[in-house]
Amino acid sequence: MADKMELRDVEVWDGNMAASQALRQVQIDVVAAYPITPSTPIVENYGNYLANGYIDGEFVMVESEHAAMSGCIGAAAAGGRVATATSSQGFALMVETLYQASGMRLPIILNVVNRALAAPLNVNGDHSDMYLGRDSGWIQFDAYNPQHAYDLNFIAFRVAEDHEIRLPAMVHQDGFLTSHTAQGVKTMDDDTAYNFVGEFKPMNDMLDLDHPVTHGVQTEEDWHFEHKARQHNDLMTKVFPKIEAAFDAFEKMTGRRYNIVETYKTEDADAVVVCMGTSVETAYEVADELRADGKKVGVIGIRVVRPWPHAQIAEALKGIKAIGALDRSSPNGTFGMLYNELAGTVVNSGEVKVLTNYVYGLGGRDLTKVHLREIYAELLANAEAGKPTTPLQQLIGVRGPKISFH
Amino acid sequence: MSEMKKIKNLKEFSTSADRFEGANLLCPGCAHSIIVREVLNATNDDLILAASTGCLEVCTAVYPYTSWDASWIHIGFENGSTAVAGAEAMYKALKRKGRLKQPDREPKFVAFGGDGASYDIGFQWISGCFERGHNMMYVVLDNEVYANTGGQRSSSTPIGASTTTAPAGRVSYGEKMHKKNMMQIMAAHGSPYVAQVAPNKWKDMVKKIQTGFATEGPVFINAMSACTTEWKFLPEDTIAISDLATDSLVFPLYEIIGGTKLNITYRPKNVIPVKDYLGAQGRFKHLFKPENKHVLDEWQARVDRDWEYLQRREEASV
Repeated sequence: MADKMELRDVEVWDGNMAASQALRQVQIDVVAAYPITPSTPIVENYGNYLANGYIDGEFVMVESEHAAMSGCIGAAAAGGRVATATSSQGFALMVETLYQASGMRLPIILNVVNRALAAPLNVNGDHSDMYLGRDSGWIQFDAYNPQHAYDLNFIAFRVAEDHEIRLPAMVHQDGFLTSHTAQGVKTMDDDTAYNFVGEFKPMNDMLDLDHPVTHGVQTEEDWHFEHKARQHNDLMTKVFPKIEAAFDAFEKMTGRRYNIVETYKTEDADAVVVCMGTSVETAYEVADELRADGKKVGVIGIRVVRPWPHAQIAEALKGIKAIGALDRSSPNGTFGMLYNELAGTVVNSGEVKVLTNYVYGLGGRDLTKVHLREIYAELLANAEAGKPTTPLQQLIGVRGPKISFH
Repeated sequence: MSEMKKIKNLKEFSTSADRFEGANLLCPGCAHSIIVREVLNATNDDLILAASTGCLEVCTAVYPYTSWDASWIHIGFENGSTAVAGAEAMYKALKRKGRLKQPDREPKFVAFGGDGASYDIGFQWISGCFERGHNMMYVVLDNEVYANTGGQRSSSTPIGASTTTAPAGRVSYGEKMHKKNMMQIMAAHGSPYVAQVAPNKWKDMVKKIQTGFATEGPVFINAMSACTTEWKFLPEDTIAISDLATDSLVFPLYEIIGGTKLNITYRPKNVIPVKDYLGAQGRFKHLFKPENKHVLDEWQARVDRDWEYLQRREEASV
């Protein structure tokens, strides 16, 4: 065990520092990584902890993100705790291997600092990259601020490494908005943090030389469906209870509560926005202001993107008349991902709801409180009319003529 | 360093395989299985193995079966090298932390890939692993063609071979490019040991594999793997074809130590003409038409030139 690092109860950390401190505290055995903005400081910080003896592990500085995840897969199959970080184009380059990691049931943790995808090249935050991995069989947690980026890493390790789960997990945070913005982060001391996740317990590890294992077999039509069906079934039925249990244990330890679906002032709301990342907390503020004016509005923040929390969202949407799905990625020829996912949930809710899609914040464009006030005004009008009063899809904050689709 | 395995004779050597089963789906006459057995049989050490997507992979790990009685992983077409590098990194980390289950045993890390997975799509990953100096061996099963996908040309395909994507036809003699020289490229990485081997010269091969296992750092082995299906010869002729390759110097056997010092390890008593090797295989059949004589001439000139180069390198001893 490496030297302990003295942390204050509250440190001023950006999201990258928060994530890397979590990787240090869980005593990652191997990091294989390739730098990409804005996630780079996560692995730089890890290198720093190694250089200063605050962690004992192997840092494999590979030649691409594809190799980064390839190395992580080999290391995880060998039998130890593994993590890395990426963004944007790097995430895109990793995508092939993401499916391989989950198909081999390897509990790797990937910190994804969300960023737009080129072209045009853009280093700032939006959620386009994360959707490339949404069907890759990984568990996906979403952090709204540096505190969440810190806490959710521990929860991700605990869930992913559970022998009944054995699936890789991502922790997302917004590029620059979270990754490079320092805030007060409540910390855990090294022992407390490590013990929450515990010692890594290998399963089918290649380095158990007395029990050779074969990883990454071929299956054709005779077995492939069964493998993918089992993986899907485990995601749909086993993961949520494990996440709930991890959230409960984490709350007991720290007092900080997380939920699969974060609801804010939704109980008697007529209209809500559903969103992810930093926009959730902006929406909280606007909802507070509108509530002060007597407007019945609320916010639903998606904490777990995969597996999609259909039942929890359906529960949260009970009685709500108008919903705005806020998507921070280029839909490129359809509705946004959140809209599409929510539509599936709403159709089966048994209630008439008006669901509209707002696309915002591409390539790091701000979502302001003014934007949200306008959105809420439209949603409240929809709620009252019981039907759409505005276009089904609108692009928020784009220069030039208004872009919207009916 | 564990003791090198003593090998007395071919019969004993060939039957000592207990880690790669004869029960696999490789074609009859495929040299892959011979090479893999020769690599695995060369040592008693524990092995952590990887394979890139290719004939070897799809024929030896079809769920629910496996031909491997050593830990083995396959990820994708390009990253067998990096899979083993990751496992090797984990071994180092866990050894230092005192968490290995058998701390007194030192496994060897080996990745296998075909020429497609090595010369082409996986080249970057291998280069990265060698630059970083992982303690591993990379073995190319070089059958000079994308055999697993049905016989497309690779950058290892030699000039004049007819492949599905470089077919010989009325106005074409097949592949136009010369084979990529991976030995020189890998030696230029500063690898402590690179060697070219062929399964017919099994003693030479075992010696090189054992040298490779005894070497600290990344070791590159280019193994000629005659392909009955794509080279078009009878399954029982695999070793005979391999003999023609080594005796015509089409596939010279040599090693490069420390990136520079070159040793030729096999000098045929009677060097045979290249056309004897080419004529034994269907993929070169069209080269014997009068209009393609220039390709045969070019072949022979190229082999002569390369042999001259190797001898001069060896003499220079640098």
